[in-house]
This record gives sequence, structure tokens and C-alpha cells, in this order.
Amino acid sequence: MVKDMVKDPICGMEIEPEAAAARRSHMGHTFYFCSTQCADTFDADPHQYAHPVMDGNGANLVVGSATTGFNPDLSSPLQIELSIAGLTCSSCVTTVEHSLRALPGVLEAEVNYALAQAHVTYDPQAVGVSDMVNVIKKAGYDVGVSETRARITPGLHCGSCVSLIEEALYDIPGVLEATVNPGTDTVLVRYVTGQVDFAAMQAALESTGYQVARPVAEEEPVDEETAAHEREYKSLMRKFWFAAAISIPVMLVAYPELPWLYLPNLFVGEASETLIQTLFILSAIVTLPVMAYSGRQFFTGGWAAFKHHSADMNTLIALGTSAAWIYSTVALIIPSIFPEGTATPFYDVTAVVIALVVLGQALEVRAKGQTSQAIRKLIDLQAKTARVLRDGREVEIPVEEVLVGDVVVVRPGDKIPVDGEIIDGRSAIDESMVTGESLPIDKAPGDEVIGATVNTTGSFKFRATKVGKDTALAQIVKMVQDAMGSKAPIARLVDQVSHYFVPTVMIISILTFLAWYNFGPSQALAFAVVTAVTVLIIACPCAVGMAVPMSLVAGVGKGAEHGVLIRNGEALQTASKLNVVVLDKTGTITKGKPELTDTVPAQGFDETALLRFAASADHLSEHPLAQAIVTGARDRGIDVVEPDEFDAIPGHGVEAVVDGRQVLVGNIKLMRRYQVETSRLEADVKRLQSEGKTAMYVAVDGHAVGVVAVADTIKEDSIQAIQVMKEMGLEVIMLTGDNERTGKAIARQVGIERVLAEVLPEDKAKEVHMLKQGGRKVGMVGDGINDAPALVEADVGFAIGTGTDVAIEAADITLMSGSLKGVAYAIEISRATMRNAKQSLVGAFGYNSLGIPIAAGILYPFFGILLSPIIAGAAMAASSITVVSNANRLRFFKAKSFTDTAEVTA
Amino acid sequence: MSIAQIIVNVTGITLIALIVWYFWLYRKEGVQVAEVSGVQQVQIKVKGGYDPDVIVVKRGKPVRLLFNRQEAAMCSEMVVFDKIDKSAKLPEGETVAVEFTPDKKGEIPFQCQMGMLRGKVVVA
Repeated sequence: MVKDMVKDPICGMEIEPEAAAARRSHMGHTFYFCSTQCADTFDADPHQYAHPVMDGNGANLVVGSATTGFNPDLSSPLQIELSIAGLTCSSCVTTVEHSLRALPGVLEAEVNYALAQAHVTYDPQAVGVSDMVNVIKKAGYDVGVSETRARITPGLHCGSCVSLIEEALYDIPGVLEATVNPGTDTVLVRYVTGQVDFAAMQAALESTGYQVARPVAEEEPVDEETAAHEREYKSLMRKFWFAAAISIPVMLVAYPELPWLYLPNLFVGEASETLIQTLFILSAIVTLPVMAYSGRQFFTGGWAAFKHHSADMNTLIALGTSAAWIYSTVALIIPSIFPEGTATPFYDVTAVVIALVVLGQALEVRAKGQTSQAIRKLIDLQAKTARVLRDGREVEIPVEEVLVGDVVVVRPGDKIPVDGEIIDGRSAIDESMVTGESLPIDKAPGDEVIGATVNTTGSFKFRATKVGKDTALAQIVKMVQDAMGSKAPIARLVDQVSHYFVPTVMIISILTFLAWYNFGPSQALAFAVVTAVTVLIIACPCAVGMAVPMSLVAGVGKGAEHGVLIRNGEALQTASKLNVVVLDKTGTITKGKPELTDTVPAQGFDETALLRFAASADHLSEHPLAQAIVTGARDRGIDVVEPDEFDAIPGHGVEAVVDGRQVLVGNIKLMRRYQVETSRLEADVKRLQSEGKTAMYVAVDGHAVGVVAVADTIKEDSIQAIQVMKEMGLEVIMLTGDNERTGKAIARQVGIERVLAEVLPEDKAKEVHMLKQGGRKVGMVGDGINDAPALVEADVGFAIGTGTDVAIEAADITLMSGSLKGVAYAIEISRATMRNAKQSLVGAFGYNSLGIPIAAGILYPFFGILLSPIIAGAAMAASSITVVSNANRLRFFKAKSFTDTAEVTA
Repeated sequence: MSIAQIIVNVTGITLIALIVWYFWLYRKEGVQVAEVSGVQQVQIKVKGGYDPDVIVVKRGKPVRLLFNRQEAAMCSEMVVFDKIDKSAKLPEGETVAVEFTPDKKGEIPFQCQMGMLRGKVVVA
């Protein structure tokens, strides 16, 4: 009989939620009140009554009464929703449920596959939310976890405050981790997304006597990848300095036969045998830590690869440097086993080569970071906080907490936090960072806004439609990341080579050794060792392997900066080879919606009056042509009035009464039906139709008073984009379902010679297929929905983006802005990227195929030239840096198609 | 030819033969994958290679590969499944799942971005 009762937090009275006089939502919980009076008391200072009860263990949603001292029952089980990522099959549901139920303290766990949510009932005394997150992670899934940082005021002065604050935060259900940094007076909170709102954290902090400033924007965790790269760079640089510091003295005592380079000569004039010997022994000892510390990754990496029956650059460097060290040491200890004069140690090679290669790796990490800068720029675009309406008040919350359906308030100059639809207000929005379109776009209620774009001067409210990983920005980042990780077909070829590369170098090294050993001059053994080591060190498999991926990363990133999203390496490579571009007319070349273009009044009638009658009559019609007339009239400053009577006649037009006069707007059939004489206007109609426009007669009180024409107009930059494509040597073809006349009219305006008209939607793919004959590579540009089959059929399908839908299945390349310039840009950047990749490849192959024979001493018989292993080390480091730097040149790529809007986005 | 020369030459040629065998001719045994409630799941350690690197799975059942990268070397930062158009970033120390359902027999190779580290899923 007793249904779920709730307690009024003010007076402690138990009431039924349905019967509550008022309810408030605060800190993510709903409170019910027995009377409006209690609600008012609550409103005055919600925090005071809404403290979560700290039981020191888990958390409690139930709230104690502030006025009556009533304390809620702590032993009652709690419920929590966890959103789970990575649920790909319905069978995964059982996995998660089982792992959750296995936890002691979890009473019930149900996973909803469709919502990707786990609904857990648990005993807060026995189990914490973090335990649940852990088991879910162990099962191979992820729980949506967010983190946020906040500054604490006043500053922290005692160690105990730290744990106090942390404990208070842990008590909020859904908080997984709270770390206070007394050094910076900040707190980092990791929590289950959607379970905790910022207000709850604030309240918990305030309960300890501290206050929270806003979330700290400038201390947002740096993009993890950047941080990892930075760590790697620093660690490599430390290793380099260590190796360099040891290399110098080792080198200065390595060549007793070169008096000008031999350091001891400064002190003793002529070094004795014993001194030389002692210094070599010292060198042997000090180079060991260089190998063990600075060169550690070569040995561990090489060994790990070896265990997998593969070999990489690490293998080569490890072999080369250790061979040098071992040979030197054997030569030092038992010189007698070597032929006369060949027992010369060369420890300097070990130390210097490690120093150089490590330096090369460090610089490479640096340069690589720059290559993927584009994606970091994208990630950085994300707004950090959002102002949302909660209970009629504006609340600032971390952007991760915005939920679908929240109303977000955007003020002038604000960054739009998530995707949504404007419900109130209007403004121009700068979308250049996402679409590459440089001019701000006017938006009104009903229009889509894209997260990460910037509001200009207006203010508005919008309803969030996509948040988190569904936002356009998140999809873009995902798509760009995927593309960067994909393979261009050309890279597949290279992969085949790199599989054989390193073992081949090892074999060449052995052959070199044998050749010198068997056929070399006197001291052959020393030469044999040196050349074999040099071959191992000069070979640079990295340069070969990195060439294509690095260029791809730079090229795809560059495209994204201009709103051109390339799906994968294959799309990029094919786009670079296109010969033909097929453009769908409607919505691609043209705006895709009709606009008022001409008003031709009959004699004795003026344009304004004609438009006023036509627009007012059409005012209530929903037909797109009618709407175009109304919008056109308004844009021309004409006052459109409500018609007194209105009747739409399908297939004909409209009949309406405006200002007490009968107005007809429609085609010739409508005029005939009402027996309106139209012969005077026929010539105008013919002319307009030949221009590809739709002409409509307007009659007032049975007399024809003029013609208005509506047409789908071309996008402003279509002409320029098509021009650029033609300059690039592409054949541009227009495809349309319209009749030949309309198609030709548009084609003339934009400078297209070849038109395929009257193509039924289902035949578009067939037309594309025909064009592909003769081995020509055909790109098709369309809207991605109606044109999907044609896009798939084409070698490269370009989809014109529609707002926040980024991942258009059928498309190889998605253009975020509606502009055709994106197509030209995509082809330009693809060509530049492939050119760049090929340069790097040719360079890398050239380097190896020249360097290895020279290192082997092929020039020695002719010119007496022999490469020092140290030079080889430097060359090898330089070659891999060159490949990365070459890819980085793409960042400065200037396209013809974007000359005028250059670098607005940068 | 002295004894020393013969020894050196024979050693050299033997080494070459070993290299050819060890790196190119050696065929690895695949690791059969255990099934956890309908999903064929396997942990793969990423450290200088993929361990295990040949994974045998059954056709038509979802496969989940849990990659755990235990090194900082940038080579292995990404794993690419070219054939099925999938790739994943592998942050150091984190477990990243790659999931797919193989629908036909054959091999699905995967590798690092540069192709130095390789592995494959054999669909039986």
C-alpha cells in the first residue's frame, strides 16, 4: 500500500512524489516538497539542505532533513546508471552483467544494449562505483569517464585539508577519483560521465569550507598524445646528452695515430703504449653505460623483435654498436688472435653512433608531433564549458556533462559547446574552423549549430542534439585519426619491401665482412669489421617505412583544416589520379533550393505591386516555389500580407484574395482554368524557361499582370571551383535529372561543356560506370543520400556535407562546407600528398641503395674511400629526420582553390 | 686458405642461412583463441612486436583483440588492420580493444603503421 515515498528535505515529512506540492532538481537529484513554503525555504539556500550525506564509504542520494533532524536510512541500496562504451554485440551484455553481479555488494545489474547502459543496484557500504568501473574495464569495455579540474579557494595550507576535500568528493556517487594538488590549489576529479554535475562537486567542496572557482581551462589535461611525445622527447634528449658527454673524451683518446686529435699528446708529448692501453680500457668501461642507458631501447627493442622472428632498426643499431664494442674489447684483451696491426679498438663508434641515432630519434619525435598538429588543433577547438539552463537558471557546467536535450545559452563571442538546433534568437556563426568556410553564416531558430564553432555578435539558445563522441567535431577527429592510420595502396608495396629489408641488410653486412676478410688488403680483418658495422648502421629502414605514412598524416590533416575529410589513404591516393569529375547539379553546383530571380510586370503594372500580390497570395502555401517567391519579396523589402482567402490547387498554383482582390499565381494551366488571357506574356515566359527558370503567371481580378520566375541558383564559388578543376586538367561533367535545357543553362553559367541531362536517380551510378570505361578515374560529387549509389560506383565519391552529419557512409571524401572549392582542394591536396610521399620514398630508397654499397666499401678499390661508421650513424639519423621534415612541408601547402580565403583557419 | 679463413667463411655462410631461415622461412604457430560468452577474445602484448602475433579464430563469431602496449617506442603507437579498414591508437599502458566479426576464411593481417611489426588473424 505504501508506495515509494520520498522525504521533504525541509520538514522531513514523507510524501508521495506524485502528490508533492513542488519539486526541485538540484545537484542532479530531484527533491520533493510537501508545500510551496518548504520549497521556498529550499530555494533560498539549496546547498544547505541538499548536502549529500557523507557516510564515508559510498554515497547516498537520500537527504537528511535540515529542520527536523530526520536522518535517512543509510543501509538502503542505491542505484546508478553507467554508460558503457564498446558494446558491439548483444552477447557482450551478458559478459558485463555477469562481471558486475559477481561483485560482492552488487544486488542487481542489468545492461541495456540499445542504450549501452548498465543499471546497477548496489549496497554503498560494500561496493564502490570505482569497483564496478574496474570490472567493466576488465571485461574489455569502457565506462564513459570524464575528468575535470577546478581551482580551490582560498589556497590550501595544510596536508589534512587535502584528504578532507578528497573524501568529500569521493562521497559523491559516480566520482571515481579525486586528487587535490596543493601545489597548484587545484583538484582533478574523474567521474562517471552523466552521473555527477559540477554543482555537486561544488557543494561537496563547500561542505569542507573551501570554495571552487570555475573549472580551470588553461590547465585542461594536455592532449595525451602530445604529453606522451613530450615525455619521449625529453627522455631521448637526456639519453643523448649522456651519450654525447661520454662520446667526446672517448673520441679524443681513440686515435693515437692521429696526433692532432689525440688528447693525451697535449699533456705528455708522446703517449706511451701503457697510457694508450689504459685509456682504451677506460673507454671500454665508460661506453658500457652508454649502451645500457642511452642505447637501451635498441637492445630491448631489437630483442623483442627478434623473439617475434622479425628485425627492425633497433636490431641493426644494436648489432652494429655491440659488434664494435665486442671487437674492440677482444682486440684489447687478446690482440694476439688477430693478424698483425688489426687489433685496434674503436669504442668511439659505439658511443658516438648511439648519441647520433638517439638525437635523430628525438628530433624525429619533435617533427612527428608537428605533422599531426592538425588533429591537435581540431581537438583543441572543443569548448571546455557550456552554459545550460537548469531550472530556469543559467548554470555553467563542463562540456562533458551537457546532455542531449539540454538548452544551451550562447552569448556573443562564445564558443558553441556541442551540436544542436537553435530554438531562440539568431546570430551569425563563424564555422571556418570546422567547414573551412571563411564567412560567418547567419542562423535562426530551426537551424543547426555545430559544436566548436564560434558565435559572433548575437545571442541565442539552442537545444543540444549531439554531445560527446557524437558531435560533428568528435566525428571529424575520429575520421581524421582513422584516415591517418590507414594505408595508402602505395604503402602496401613498401610494406612488402620492409619485411625483407632488415634481414637483407644483415646478410649484406656478413657478405661485406667476408669479402673484405677474403680479398681485402693487409689489415683486412680491421677493415672487414669496420665495413660490416658501417653497413649495419647506415641502413635506414625507418626512412623507407615512414615515407608514406608521414605524408599521409600531414596531407589528411591539412585537408581537415579546410573542411575536407578524407576517409583513408586509398581515397587520397585515388583522388590524386582522377581524370574526370562528375558534379551533380542540384545541391552541388546549385544551392539546391529555388530563389526568386525575375519579376516581369505586364504593361501598366509595377514590379513592387506585382511581387506584393504574388507573395501575399503565396504566403500560406508550403510549396517550395511559393516559399521562394515569399522569401524573395521579403528580401526586396516588400511588405507581405496575409491573404483574406487562400486555396492551393495542386499542379496548378494558388488562388487567393489579397486586399479584396482575386489573385492567381501559377502555371499556364491555372490561367486557362480561370480563362485569363496570357498571350502578351508568352514571349517572356519562353525566354525565362530557356534560361532554365520556372516561370509563373500572376493574374489579378482575371487579368494577367506579369510573370515571376524562380530558379535554383548556383553557389557563389562554384564558378571559381570549376575553373580551378579545369586548370588542373580535369574533365568536369554535370549530371542532372532535369531536362537538357535547364541543365545546359546552368552549365553555361559555370563553364561546364558536357552535360548529362534527364538522368533518373537510379541511373546515375550507371552513367558513372560508363564514364569509367577506358581506365579513366572518375570522381563523383553529390549529396551522399540520393547520390549514394553513384558515389560508391565512382572511384572517389565526394559527399557534400549536411551540417553535423560527418561520417557519410558512401563517401570517400566528405566536404564539410557546401562549397565545390572543397572538391578542388581535396584533389589538390591529394596530389601534393602523393607527390610528397613519392619524393620521400625515392629519397629513402635512393639513400639506402647508395649508402649501403658505399658503406660496404665499394668505392675503396677505385678511390680509396671508406666510410667511417660515425658518418654512417649521422647519415642514418639525418635520413629519417629528412623524411619527417619533408612531410612537414605539406603543412605550408598553398592551394589554388583557397587562395582568397587563405589561412583563415590557421 | 688457412684454417682460420675456412672457419670464418663457413661461420659467415651459416649465419646467412640462419638469418634466411629465422626471419623468412620460419612458420609461426597460431594461438587458438578462447571464447568468453560468445566473443573470441585475446590479450595481445605490444612490445617490439605483437605477442601473440598469429591468432586463430573461428569464422562468423565476434573477435575482440585487446592490445596492451608496454613500450614508449613510437613505432608501435598505432595498429592498422588494413584489410578490414580498422586502426587503433595504442596509448602506452592502456588496453585498447579492436573488434570485428570475420565473415570469411582467410588471413587478416595487422601491423604497425610502418609495417615493421606484424601479426595476423587467421580465420578458420
